[in-house]
Amino acid sequence: MLNYDIVIAGGGPAGLAAAISAKRNGAQSILVIERDKELGGILNQCIHNGFGLHTFQEELTGPEYAERFIRQLLEEKIEYKLNTMVLDISEEKKITAMNREEGILEIQAKAVILAMGCRERSRGALNIPGYRPAGIYSAGTAQRLVNMEGYLPGREVVILGSGDIGLIMARRMTLEGAKVKVVAELLPYSGGLKRNIVQCLDDFGIPLKLSHTVVDIDGKERVKGITLAQVDENRRPIPGTEEHYTCDTLLLSCGLIPENEISRALGVEISPVTSGPLVNECLETNVEGVFACGNVLHVHDLVDFVSQEATAAGKHAAEYVLHGKAKGGKDIPIQAVEGARYTVPKTINPERMDEKHTVRFRVGDVYKNCFVSVYLDNERIIHKKRPVVAPGEMEEVVLTKEQLMSHSGLSQITVKIEEA
Amino acid sequence: MYDVVIIGAGVSGSASARELSRYRLKVCVVEKEEDVCCGTSKANSGIVHAGFDAPSGSLMAKLNVEGNQRMEALSKELDFHFKKNGSLVVCLQEEEMPNLQALYERGVANGVKDLRIIGREELVQLEPNISDEAVAALYAPTGGIVCPFGMNIAFAENAAANGVEFQFDTEVTGFEKKGENWIVKTNQGNIETRYIVNAAGVYADVFHNMVSEKKIHITPRRGDYCLLDRATEGFVTHTIFQLPGKQGKGVLVSPTVHGNTLVGPTAIDIDNKEGTNTTQEGIDELIRKGGATVKDLPIRQVITSFAGLRAHEEGHEFIIGEVEGAKGFIDCAGIESPGLTSAPAIGRMIADIVKDLTKAEPNPDFVGTRKGILNPKTLKKEERAALIKEKPEYGNIICRCEMISEGEIMDAINRPLGAKSLDGVKRRTRAGMGRCQAGFCSPRTIEILARERGVEASEITKSGGNSKIIAGINKDSI
Repeated sequence: MLNYDIVIAGGGPAGLAAAISAKRNGAQSILVIERDKELGGILNQCIHNGFGLHTFQEELTGPEYAERFIRQLLEEKIEYKLNTMVLDISEEKKITAMNREEGILEIQAKAVILAMGCRERSRGALNIPGYRPAGIYSAGTAQRLVNMEGYLPGREVVILGSGDIGLIMARRMTLEGAKVKVVAELLPYSGGLKRNIVQCLDDFGIPLKLSHTVVDIDGKERVKGITLAQVDENRRPIPGTEEHYTCDTLLLSCGLIPENEISRALGVEISPVTSGPLVNECLETNVEGVFACGNVLHVHDLVDFVSQEATAAGKHAAEYVLHGKAKGGKDIPIQAVEGARYTVPKTINPERMDEKHTVRFRVGDVYKNCFVSVYLDNERIIHKKRPVVAPGEMEEVVLTKEQLMSHSGLSQITVKIEEA
Repeated sequence: MYDVVIIGAGVSGSASARELSRYRLKVCVVEKEEDVCCGTSKANSGIVHAGFDAPSGSLMAKLNVEGNQRMEALSKELDFHFKKNGSLVVCLQEEEMPNLQALYERGVANGVKDLRIIGREELVQLEPNISDEAVAALYAPTGGIVCPFGMNIAFAENAAANGVEFQFDTEVTGFEKKGENWIVKTNQGNIETRYIVNAAGVYADVFHNMVSEKKIHITPRRGDYCLLDRATEGFVTHTIFQLPGKQGKGVLVSPTVHGNTLVGPTAIDIDNKEGTNTTQEGIDELIRKGGATVKDLPIRQVITSFAGLRAHEEGHEFIIGEVEGAKGFIDCAGIESPGLTSAPAIGRMIADIVKDLTKAEPNPDFVGTRKGILNPKTLKKEERAALIKEKPEYGNIICRCEMISEGEIMDAINRPLGAKSLDGVKRRTRAGMGRCQAGFCSPRTIEILARERGVEASEITKSGGNSKIIAGINKDSI
């Protein structure tokens, strides 16, 4: 049995930042377990630029961004294992993992940080009818094939879903010599960042069809074509609006799902909205000493925010290892209503919290000229005017310890979107 | 020159091949696809029916009950997944109780053991998530579930181990008589044989009609299915059918041997024998009907939908026997549900027919057991550690959803009749069968397939033919 202060499941951006922060906050022995052949996670296949504007005030590619953290990890002499799969984590924080060289490993940790990331929603989960030929890829799978292996998955491409990976892949496939015919989006708005729509579609003349979906896939062996149709306000296809596209490839960029199978088995309570753990302001789950950060907690748009969140998780995990669970105070629930879908964290303890705490959340629809509001019980303390908020871009509000402590008898914090 | 050519490496053809390999016969299975288990056998409910459905006195009823009775022992001999989980036919309306009683009586007449009708109270105990409308059920403890790929592959591998040849990518185009013998014409050349077994699934009518004036017609009856995440394991533990009644024929909700939940099938008659595409209407129908027998079906946990074609012959009866006026041509046609359950008995029946015609001697070297792909998850911790020490590839997880190691995938590729494509690997190991539907593992499985088979990654297909995964290399057209 190996022993560590902190074991981190996942060596992507979240796991790296968490490990570095835990070390700098006093944790002695830290182990990062990574299932892939190198550290950096999904950043390794994100060879486009746009990473690090917040963290480093410069525009890096994914591998460059990862490299900066990997270098810090090495400087801090933090241990890591590659090609190693975590099979199980017990409530007592015993981790079972496996790799080629060492076989089955058993590791006792004082604290665990979940940083396993997320997976893409598949064609099956989308219930798209039609044949099941070769040529249907999730956008991330295609991205791996193109950017890491040098293979072109197809030549004439239709993309369903305007999430960021789909948009990025529309540009990448075009640059590699494929013809991207159209990007279709089920919703009346794109789920991707505005800058990606401009830089990846508009600049290349690729049409974006909002309120459209794939209603049929043709081709028994390899995709021969797909049929798009417009959808009504209930997202049901409208008969008579079908358009056929000849293509050999369908890429799907229809959402990401945090990978919490290990967390569930461990007894971590999962939010039905985010599919990630419910955490307090220390990013600690309901299982004491088990923390979560990054896309396993909730899906982010920007890696910079993943790093920030993971840095906090690493710090709190180190504090837990050094001082045990912080006593005192009361966890105040944060409720997300009227346009706000969820918040991370789900509770906040005014006594325990830092001077300032950033609460992140997403909205459920596009709202124009609205206000982002925060109430402490019935008292409105934040009323921030926003020209537009959209589900594709994560929102945040900053709460201060002073505000929360000075509100006597605080029992509920509410985040909502209010019309102008 | 063969004694027997079997057309089709589905479950009927493969079971027949395995049973024929008990005799001193030179047998060849020809299959138009690149692998075994590529047609009807790969897309069905995976149910081992108890045998109360088929009309009493029919061949279907006889072979169903016989197949059911053989399944458990066979699953041990040939090492495939089978579980006797019991079936329930749920009656949702008091006035339909006579239909349930009639089904019970038919089952008894067919020789189904331990059948009984249970009241709501016991039903709720057996299945806490049963619909509030359920009034009673026919309980068949002998009903079971099986891995349809596992059984088909096991038959084929065991047949191959006992000397049966398999020719893939070989499509039969016609027949000629040459004296007493047959010439089977294929896209890969002619094959001479004394006997032909027509186990061609939805195409069995095409081949039958080439040699017989007495035409048969097989309608591809499409069944759409939804497969739910293994996170739903335990939602139901028995196979739950809806008693056919005023609301029509329902769909079943069943656990699979691997812990998923299966909902289906629809029954849509089509013309296209390759029409395995799902449709919006089909999926909508499933979702509507699936909820009838159970409460709060977790349909949002769907990980994939698929459609299979049942080889429905107008008379709804298995057609097994030498074709009148075509000596040596043996039909194994109209094998629709309960065809999978009946396969062990169908194989025996075909073998008996051929044995009687040929007077073949027993094969003294026949070995009736086969070991499947080693699943390290079934080992004790120390055994698994020792395995990884000896073969490190068993420590390298490739499919993270189903936790399938490189060692299992290599075994699937390198064993006799091994996997050549991603789907071949998937059906043998479950790599790519999980909740991400091969999103993460397919690039890695392609790499392993290419390495083990000694071909370029660009040659690897999803399921043979033109189903290539990779179209080229970056910028090759610029």
